[in-house]
Amino acid sequence: MCHQTVSLVARHLEENGLSTVVMGSARDIVEECGVARFLFTDFPLGNPAGKPWDIDMQQSILGMALDLLEQAWMPRTTIQTPCQWPDDQWRDAFMKVDASNREALAREGKERRELQAGMKKSR
Amino acid sequence: MDQLRPYRSFVSYIDRSREYYAAQGYDRPYSWPHYDHVPFTPLQKPLSQCRVGLVTTAGKPKPADPMAAMLVQRGMYAEPAVPPPASLYTDDLFWDKKATHTNDVDSFLPINHLAEYAKNGRIGSASPRFYGVPTDYSQPRTLKKYGPQLLEWCHEDNLDALILLAL
Repeated sequence: MCHQTVSLVARHLEENGLSTVVMGSARDIVEECGVARFLFTDFPLGNPAGKPWDIDMQQSILGMALDLLEQAWMPRTTIQTPCQWPDDQWRDAFMKVDASNREALAREGKERRELQAGMKKSR
Repeated sequence: MDQLRPYRSFVSYIDRSREYYAAQGYDRPYSWPHYDHVPFTPLQKPLSQCRVGLVTTAGKPKPADPMAAMLVQRGMYAEPAVPPPASLYTDDLFWDKKATHTNDVDSFLPINHLAEYAKNGRIGSASPRFYGVPTDYSQPRTLKKYGPQLLEWCHEDNLDALILLAL
């Protein structure tokens, strides 16, 4: 949802004469929305500016965002940084749905709806 | 070529979240914004003369007292960039809490690095403030309330460009 927020806001700023770069890791959300410039880092959500405590990587990524600001000549310009997360486990683990958790997810959803219905009634 | 893959490498959060919430019994999927037209403003002067700002979706740090913390509402804010914040509140946002953390502010709001780029002349100057925009499911509220408020702050701070970072 953060990617939707910054994309919509960036579009408003561009419409009103300000140049913007969106930095993030949810490529599909930003590109579906459509922004002027997007610097994509293929990381788990949470560190769009580089790995925590990795100063060299963070400086380099911000430098790429500045390059993009300066050099893009048309909208929907996406640049992917060359940075890589040390492992790929997060890709399948995040919001995973499979036989191992399908029942638990259905139960969680049902409980949440019951809780919300109860709260509505007590208002 | 390193590998052959029968799938795209980057995660589709639109697909993933739709399937996840469907598994929880929510049968009406969230509708994400899509635009055919994309506005574009080229930089109006060399970057070395531009004032650049940063936007985050993280919130201001919450008070240590849990009761006081509960009363803090998420909202927009503009805070001084100097001194840079030691931490920002991200617990309520949707990021990968198993794979990583947000204890290093520069990993999601590179405020110290932007100051360095101002010092070495890569940009003209860094904005005296950084800006917070709350993550909101409401697309109209984001467009009609947060966009205009941010634009107003950009004008107040004489910004030429903004970098917006999503958690």
